[in-house]
Amino acid sequence: MSPDLVKTIFGRLTWDAIPLHEPILIGTFAMVALGGITVLAALTYFKVWGYLWREWLTSVDHKKIGVMYIILAIIMLLRGFADALMMRAQQAIAFGDAAGYLPPHHYDQVFTAHGVIMIFFVAMPLITGLMNLVVPLQIGARDVAFPFLNNFSFWMTVGGAITVMLSLFVGEFARTGWLAYPPLSGLAYSPDVGVDYYIWSLQIAGVGTTLSGINLIVTIVKMRAPGMSLMKMPVFTWTSLCSNVLIVASFPILTAVLALLSSDRYLGTNFFTNDFGGNPMMYVNLIWIWGHPEVYILVLPAFGVFSEVVSTFCSKRLFGYSSMVYATVVITILSYIVWLHHFFTMGSGASVNSFFGITTMIISIPTGAKIFNWLFTMYRGRIRFEVPMMWTVGFMVTFVIGGMTGVLLAVPPADFVLHNSLFLIAHFHNVIIGGVVFGMFAGIVYWFPKAFGFKLDPFWGKLSFWFWQIGFFFAFMPLYVLGLMGVTRRVSHFEDHSLQIWFVISAFGAVLILFGIISFVMQMVVGFMKREQYADKTGDPWGGRTLEWSTSSPPPAYNFAFTPVIHEIDAWHDMKQRGYVRPTTGFIPIHMPKNTGAGVVLAGISVVVGFAMIWQIWWLAVISFVALVASAIIHTFNFKRDYYIPAEEVVRVEDARTEALRSLA
Amino acid sequence: MSAASHDAHEAHDDHGHGHEDGGAHGTLKDYVIGFVLAVILTAIPFWLVMADVLPSHQMTALAVMGLAVIQVLVHMIYFLHMNSRSEGGWTMLALVFTLVVVVITLSGSLWVMHNLDTHMMAPMPHDMREVP
Repeated sequence: MSPDLVKTIFGRLTWDAIPLHEPILIGTFAMVALGGITVLAALTYFKVWGYLWREWLTSVDHKKIGVMYIILAIIMLLRGFADALMMRAQQAIAFGDAAGYLPPHHYDQVFTAHGVIMIFFVAMPLITGLMNLVVPLQIGARDVAFPFLNNFSFWMTVGGAITVMLSLFVGEFARTGWLAYPPLSGLAYSPDVGVDYYIWSLQIAGVGTTLSGINLIVTIVKMRAPGMSLMKMPVFTWTSLCSNVLIVASFPILTAVLALLSSDRYLGTNFFTNDFGGNPMMYVNLIWIWGHPEVYILVLPAFGVFSEVVSTFCSKRLFGYSSMVYATVVITILSYIVWLHHFFTMGSGASVNSFFGITTMIISIPTGAKIFNWLFTMYRGRIRFEVPMMWTVGFMVTFVIGGMTGVLLAVPPADFVLHNSLFLIAHFHNVIIGGVVFGMFAGIVYWFPKAFGFKLDPFWGKLSFWFWQIGFFFAFMPLYVLGLMGVTRRVSHFEDHSLQIWFVISAFGAVLILFGIISFVMQMVVGFMKREQYADKTGDPWGGRTLEWSTSSPPPAYNFAFTPVIHEIDAWHDMKQRGYVRPTTGFIPIHMPKNTGAGVVLAGISVVVGFAMIWQIWWLAVISFVALVASAIIHTFNFKRDYYIPAEEVVRVEDARTEALRSLA
Repeated sequence: MSAASHDAHEAHDDHGHGHEDGGAHGTLKDYVIGFVLAVILTAIPFWLVMADVLPSHQMTALAVMGLAVIQVLVHMIYFLHMNSRSEGGWTMLALVFTLVVVVITLSGSLWVMHNLDTHMMAPMPHDMREVP
């Protein structure tokens, strides 16, 4: 075949794109392939494909979609954490004559992938998954407002994750850092496919994130049970609402700025180039207008989880409910006027820097109010130190340290010294691990019995907590020290041997965190094996206070046979106090949405579009894009979207629950 | 809206189908008022530009921008039926939030980028005095 024909057919894709010369990648690929084949073989052997397709992949049930989001997040956590271990190992050994084992070309991809994966494909699916699982149950709804859209959003997120993972074995990932600043990410300095992988994976996943944001806002605004006014909503629902408002308002900015960058790379425009009137600083400005709200998108739901956990495990109503709500709303607004603190050193004047420095410091006020609310809830409460509560206390200690270093960095002159150093790295890991990760883990342990009907193993849970907590301090406190000494981030080799000991301590901490992750998975494995022993027949294993604990564990497909009526903030606690009697008769058929495979199909085609655009296989891009639009149109002609759960079925399920509750009494 | 949500709604007193808190519907009078206002608000900037009424081009541009903002409001009120009551005030709240975010983003970016531009240029005598 002529080279021209080959180029027409395969675009930029050649055999060189397969990294046969990189032993680490080949090893990884072998592991992934073997693991994948084992899983696929096991699925085929146990004949669960049909079950998986019918009950999970095509499901529009918010609970199952929530669980799938969390599974995606945990799988991607393993990938992102593998990257972290590689970086820690490299930095611990690469001193002086020792070059380490990662060449800079590879190291740069590793830190970029670590950041992108941890934020977009670990933290985001964790919060979206938890919100999906919990919010409809907390507000007494039967599903989210747009169940199919929910399924579609999930699969688009998976599509983005698949695109990132593809870059590991076909071509390479960006070497630009997780926000891909131009001019480095422009065509002149990154002519290969790395940045295109970055752009398309985020664009595909971004569609899912934005749509699920809209979906959850509508759910919370329109589908609350009667009597649940805004100021009677559970705090987790409140923080979810604010978080989703932030998603809907800020993700379009990310989409737009990435579209502009794509247009620079594909069409030869000059928005962010150095020449022809382009301005790379505009990219930095725009992406942080998205980027700063993003960190609050992540942490607000975590704050919600802590609020629920604290009040449940202290057996008290939350101290200062209204102040908690107002603090959340204030943080939502303030998070839009601090973005410049991410680039104090870019060259703004004193007036601009001090404005954004001050607004940044102001954010610590509502956040501090929240911390005090949690502490006052604990004060004179009967605290039960179960695993979710341990994560919460660990959060309060860790997050406050991260918050204080954050206020330190908010002082522009201090930032001029510390910016781009490991101090910054230590700071944001301190708030993201201490806040978001601990929060999501607390939430997973707390709501796991609701989703699956049995508790997780507390021994492994506690082990996981202690490994994470101690490992975190070992891994990141040395980075504060190094940062104060002036060590910059994203460096793969050092000359000064006196620094080495700090990197070794940090690597040791990363190993402890590895044990923490293993223990986290083990608590699920052991919990599953002992599920009879840990079974939750009551539906209310922790003595909960909000509505999700009023239904069975796991809840029936329709969540609530009758929509509950709300009178108080802690609705379920209030129902228990008033001697609520579960209705056992008078069930009627329940109208529910039907499963559909359209989400899987649309997201699958989107990945093909992305792949074709990345490798510039234009014919495939055109065909798959047409197929994408056609599939969307065909889906609109699918009129079999709903069905009724017959009354007999509802009676059967509810009678079984009545029987189970009676046997406990 | 899904089937499930409809069911959930039937239990609500305040979220029935097509009650007063749903989207507002315009009358013929509203549409006529809106149309006339829209025409006037289009004609004025046209006249301002064509007849060169104002002393400077900058003032003309500002006037056109100002009228455009009023035009947007007219469209939203008369054609999109924006008011503080529809959907229990949520549409209005969403609009206010959108405006706040858009204003923050645009004015903030302009301020930041202008400031950067001033400071990244070759040092002016004024700036030199501040250099230690």
